[in-house]
Amino acid sequence: MNLTLKIWRQKDANAKGGIVTYQLGGVEPDMSFLEMLDVLNQDLIDKGEEPVVFDHDCREGICGTCSLQINGEPHGPDRLITTCQLHMRMFNDGDTIVIEPFRAKAFPVIKDLIVDRSSFERIQQAGGYVSVNTSGNTQDANAILVPKPQADAAFDAATCIGCGACVAACKNASAMLFTSAKVSQLALLPQGEVEADRRVLAMVEQMDKEGFGNCTNTGACEIECPKGISLENIARLNREYLRASTK
Amino acid sequence: MSVLDSKIPQGPLEHKWNTYKNNINLVNPANKRNIDIIMVGTGLAGGSAAATLAELGYNVKTFCYQDSPRRAHSIAAQGGINASKNYQGDGDSDYRLFYDTVKGGDYRAREANVYRLAEVSGNIIDQCVAQGVPFAREYGGQLDNRSFGGVLVSRTFYAKGQTGQQLLLGAYSAMNRQINRGKVQSYTRHEMLDVVIVGGKARGIIARDLVTGEIERHSAHAVVIASGGYGNVFYLSTNAMGSNATAAWKVHKKGAFFANPCFTQIHPTCIPVSGEHQSKLTLMSESLRNDGRIWVPKKLEDAKAIREGRLKPTELAEEDRDYYLERRYPAFGNLVPRDVASRAAKERCDAGYGVNKTGEAVYLDFGSAFMRYGKEAVATQKIDNATEAQTRELGKKVVEAKYGNLFQMYEKIVDENPYETPMKIYPAVHYTMGGLWVDYNLQTTVPGLYAAGEANFSDHGANRLGASALMQGLADGYFVLPYTMGDYLAADIRTGAIPTNSPEFDEAEQKVREQLERLMNTNGTKSVDHFHKRLGKIMWNKVGMSRNATHLREAIVEIKELREEFWKDVRIPGEVNGMNTELEKAGRVADFLELGELFAKDALHREESCGGHFREEYQTEEGEALRDDENFMYVAAWEYTGEPADAILHKENLDYEYIEVKTRSYK
Repeated sequence: MNLTLKIWRQKDANAKGGIVTYQLGGVEPDMSFLEMLDVLNQDLIDKGEEPVVFDHDCREGICGTCSLQINGEPHGPDRLITTCQLHMRMFNDGDTIVIEPFRAKAFPVIKDLIVDRSSFERIQQAGGYVSVNTSGNTQDANAILVPKPQADAAFDAATCIGCGACVAACKNASAMLFTSAKVSQLALLPQGEVEADRRVLAMVEQMDKEGFGNCTNTGACEIECPKGISLENIARLNREYLRASTK
Repeated sequence: MSVLDSKIPQGPLEHKWNTYKNNINLVNPANKRNIDIIMVGTGLAGGSAAATLAELGYNVKTFCYQDSPRRAHSIAAQGGINASKNYQGDGDSDYRLFYDTVKGGDYRAREANVYRLAEVSGNIIDQCVAQGVPFAREYGGQLDNRSFGGVLVSRTFYAKGQTGQQLLLGAYSAMNRQINRGKVQSYTRHEMLDVVIVGGKARGIIARDLVTGEIERHSAHAVVIASGGYGNVFYLSTNAMGSNATAAWKVHKKGAFFANPCFTQIHPTCIPVSGEHQSKLTLMSESLRNDGRIWVPKKLEDAKAIREGRLKPTELAEEDRDYYLERRYPAFGNLVPRDVASRAAKERCDAGYGVNKTGEAVYLDFGSAFMRYGKEAVATQKIDNATEAQTRELGKKVVEAKYGNLFQMYEKIVDENPYETPMKIYPAVHYTMGGLWVDYNLQTTVPGLYAAGEANFSDHGANRLGASALMQGLADGYFVLPYTMGDYLAADIRTGAIPTNSPEFDEAEQKVREQLERLMNTNGTKSVDHFHKRLGKIMWNKVGMSRNATHLREAIVEIKELREEFWKDVRIPGEVNGMNTELEKAGRVADFLELGELFAKDALHREESCGGHFREEYQTEEGEALRDDENFMYVAAWEYTGEPADAILHKENLDYEYIEVKTRSYK
């Protein structure tokens, strides 16, 4: 396959970035999207140029490191996968592919295609936990019974990998899907219920502070989420928030 | 040759840990506030240790190269975590978990450490549940279990195919709570490039900020290396792209002994390599071996026809298939331990029975499971006169509910539907049992320097059982280090903050800067990946699944030559200041180029086969591993003296008091 790549290049956080066009040949359909970028980078290094930097790590769709806005979609055209699981067989010979970083005020660009997602960290630090010490003296695991449907729903919410695709997909750059996934997971479990009010208030407050936009229920986040986190979680977050803030 | 002191407490096995805990020195809460700890790596071991030590009151700084602690590669563990809860009432106990682990490790692990691991395993599950980890549950609301390779009980707790992720998020949330309290300072996108030793004790690190390129000094009263294993020395592995051995290797060069580097686990069920562009390998969970059957064609001509695309696997009659694991190991069948399953796959492929273009793949077939589950569904749903096709479809639904996400992952990568045609799998490098030598306290040979999780060597011997890595990482972090480090730090309550302007810090920083400059100024012609790939090929072909003296000697020479070439001809574009991902990779590959040589040296010296280490010269007539307990029942701990080739061997003899050493048999 021969491709035309239009890639966002930006030297550092303070530099002005822009799209640079590259021609790339020798791409095979079995390559992953990131392996295609590896080939491009090998070419650039051979020519003595700086490679395009992008975030990636596990390359099996679970660590949430890789990002990329590909032809306007977070993680590209396929569904329920991350960029590292996207394969070139989704594209055709002669295609032009536009590759940009995730765009959001709360995700400033660090370099080229890498953005700073530490705003997500701070939302988690504000309350995304159960306040229990690691004494080893907690009660026996089976002393806490959790009905299977509830445990499964908590698990589904907990599958969020924190990649930020929801924010990148949202026209308001809202982090509601991300925040609601953690709030939901812990609100659904008896272990997390005790401090549910405090948690939801603190996490939402931090989310607002970081400069994420508001949710207008377009549902784009759910469609682009590589783990299929459901919009129901946002509804649950709203209920939890309302309940906590009126107490 | 010195004798290493493993500091195993006196007394009977089952009382050692309690006796130890009752007799150690404690640090009072006020004094803990004056003590600093550095944690390198934030996976299951590092994350859990950081959270727990901070809860206790110590000031903890954590360092990870990822942009968040939640992305450490522990996240990729799929299948589960073992614990001797005996919730299933199938005869499990601490002793049995201990026994299975020591046997699974082919009698090359330290008894006392493994027993402690089994002892705290139940607490891990309690702790994780208390944190809100969403384990799989049964309809009664209780926790569910499943079975893994090499054992005869169901002791594995799981969260679908993402157990590692859920456990890591649990540890991460515990860490976040401490960050919120100001007790943990998290340094992300930072890489440790050296340890600083003052007065014989580990007192800090030199780190590089991967965004700004700045070199930083951080001091502490103790340093923990929890940075994972060194599987990426093979270039292709199931590890993350960034997984590296730099922290472990740098401390090795500063005096920490490196133990059993040749004990590396090759996981039997990974997606085969598809081409030269391949950047990493993807694991298919061991849990699939609960229902999938592994086979190759019985006849060479059938294998050839399949490779050339003239025959489909589904067209091959039952009697023309060789279910070689069931044939060779009737007692454990498809659930033999990983090392055994991997070697058996290689043996068949080397003999010409491989089933993909490269001849390096075997089938993992769910056909029988579809029918078995289908018949069950037909019976429970009371369907009369169900056709075979109907039954199979019902069975597929059951399999989908169990392994749907794994089947989907396979299809996305390979572009074949595993419900219609058997999966193709092949072994790949997955985990390293070897690592920094530690005593019972998880302290390395450098005082104040600890190693936890995959970075240490202690619990898995020559082969790790499935679902035991998560257990060990969390045991070390939640329940072992908080005690053992306290005992050491009790002597430091009057020390005060460690200054970073000492000559030791100056010197360490200077060395780090010199290496970075040297890499940048080499101005060669080949990329870092070029060298990494070549190293990987040497390792895989000559130090891989089966080894012999001739190949190992060649590998030692070739790796050394490659290292010299690297330092003359590597090309790193960009600048030393600011973000430079090629420079990051170069430092890691430079370390792998040294570690690989020690790895081969260790494999050459160990003239026996055990666990993941298979020497072709030492096998039984049936091709099974042939251990030499008389001469090699020891841990090989290597001391760095300047070049990997000159490393000095120290032996820790292994005594088995509570377990009878036998030939490991799964037949």
